[in-house]
Amino acid sequence: MPDATFLDSTELVLNMGPQHPSTHGVLRVILKLDGEKILGTDCVIGYLHRGVEKIAEARTYAQFNPYVDRLDYVAAVSNGLGYCLAVEKLLNVEASPRAQAVRVILTELNRIASHLVWLGTHALDIGALTPVFYCFREREEILKIFEQYCGARLTTHAFRIGGLQYELYEGFEREVKAFCDMFLPKVDEYEELLTSNRIWVSRLRNVGVLNAEDCKQYGVTGPVLRAAGVRWDLRKAQPYSGYEKYDFLIPTGQNGDTYDRYTVRMEEMRQAVRIIRQAVEGIPEGPIMAKVPKVIKPPVGEAYVSIEAPKGELGYYIVSDGSTQPYRVRVRPPSFVNLQALDRMVRGALIADVVAVIGTLDIVLGEVDR
Amino acid sequence: MVRLLKKIFLVDLFQGLWVTFRNQNPKYIYTEQYPAERPKIAERFRGAPRMNTNPETGEALCMGCNLCSLACPESLIVMTSTRNEVTKRKELVTFTFDTSRCMFCGLCEDACPTDALELTQDFEMASYTREGQIWDRKMLEEGPKPTRYRC
Repeated sequence: MPDATFLDSTELVLNMGPQHPSTHGVLRVILKLDGEKILGTDCVIGYLHRGVEKIAEARTYAQFNPYVDRLDYVAAVSNGLGYCLAVEKLLNVEASPRAQAVRVILTELNRIASHLVWLGTHALDIGALTPVFYCFREREEILKIFEQYCGARLTTHAFRIGGLQYELYEGFEREVKAFCDMFLPKVDEYEELLTSNRIWVSRLRNVGVLNAEDCKQYGVTGPVLRAAGVRWDLRKAQPYSGYEKYDFLIPTGQNGDTYDRYTVRMEEMRQAVRIIRQAVEGIPEGPIMAKVPKVIKPPVGEAYVSIEAPKGELGYYIVSDGSTQPYRVRVRPPSFVNLQALDRMVRGALIADVVAVIGTLDIVLGEVDR
Repeated sequence: MVRLLKKIFLVDLFQGLWVTFRNQNPKYIYTEQYPAERPKIAERFRGAPRMNTNPETGEALCMGCNLCSLACPESLIVMTSTRNEVTKRKELVTFTFDTSRCMFCGLCEDACPTDALELTQDFEMASYTREGQIWDRKMLEEGPKPTRYRC
């Protein structure tokens, strides 16, 4: 007869997900618990695996473009930008100044949309039900601009290799400016609702701390890294698509806890508005499409381009064998890398903190599993 | 001291409540009565595909070049064409478009040299069968016919 049955063993294994609403999709986290204290976690991913990288090998370069929208589906425009920049680097062409300006406007709008989804769902997980309605109300305005510009709201397929497919529609500038004017007071409104709220603060402060050293070790990027006090933003560090022309700040935090990540993302939304305002003021005239051959056949070689997606560094590594189809496409998704830090962040915390930490990492499972 | 008083009198919570109260204004209420009134859809919306015909003569604009079928990432457009012996031109015979696999990326309409294939603003494309999702030429020319309910 063993001394201890499983009833009085201290360690308990609990499955969280894949249907759990707070895991933001189909993430399964196996929690090892001592009471309510977390001894360790294991992430099981792959429930949304679609083999996008393999699909790429059977598609031409232009044909694969709509598939990248389905990786991080709340920030489809950023994905498209990264892919187009990578193929453009292979082809050694550069988008025209007009195309670059429009790309910046749309990706920054998409950054706001992505952060709004994050804020809404994160607050919903914590227990604040109101922000999600306000966030989605403002996001709707952005999606309307996307729909009018490129004909789709979510999986936009807005950019093409070498520039843009669609010319700006009548009243684009006016609508974007109107959105900027409308949106800044709304950010203050969210802050009013949350920033000093005692429940919000006590649920977030000193939860899921990840200091700068750990962030670097795990390869974490994006707002999670910046909240730990590291001033690293690819838009500044290695500007692409004309970001060097715009004046904006990189918000950083100090402690690297969940509350800092919240403040960093809120400030990022304001900075995004600032970039959009500068970009929309002077959209240069000119062609929207660079000179790209109709059949895209890059020379033999490889290219890696990374951009600052809303969630972190999004990289595309493309190997070309000189044919019309890529030999290999590798995506470096920010969510996948950021998710690896989950175990470090929640060890020793409580179950309720896991929900907060998954929310603050801002993962999209389409991107984690690919 | 001030912080303590703020904490006792729940200032932070009332601040948030005031925001929700401001948003209670009935003029912000927005409900779309969907089947009765259809939403206004952007002009460039990529929805149900349509085959355009020449509005004056009713002839097919499609010249059977097969470019849309080549551009499609999912290879869901299948067409056959024959060469007309009199005019020495290609003529379309059959054209099927499998909307169940379509992801509405718009590459086919970009590829079309004669603007014959177009993605329209129609979005009600549901069907009771899988076969109903595969649209032939007639269906593509007429467009989907969603049930219109009267309220």
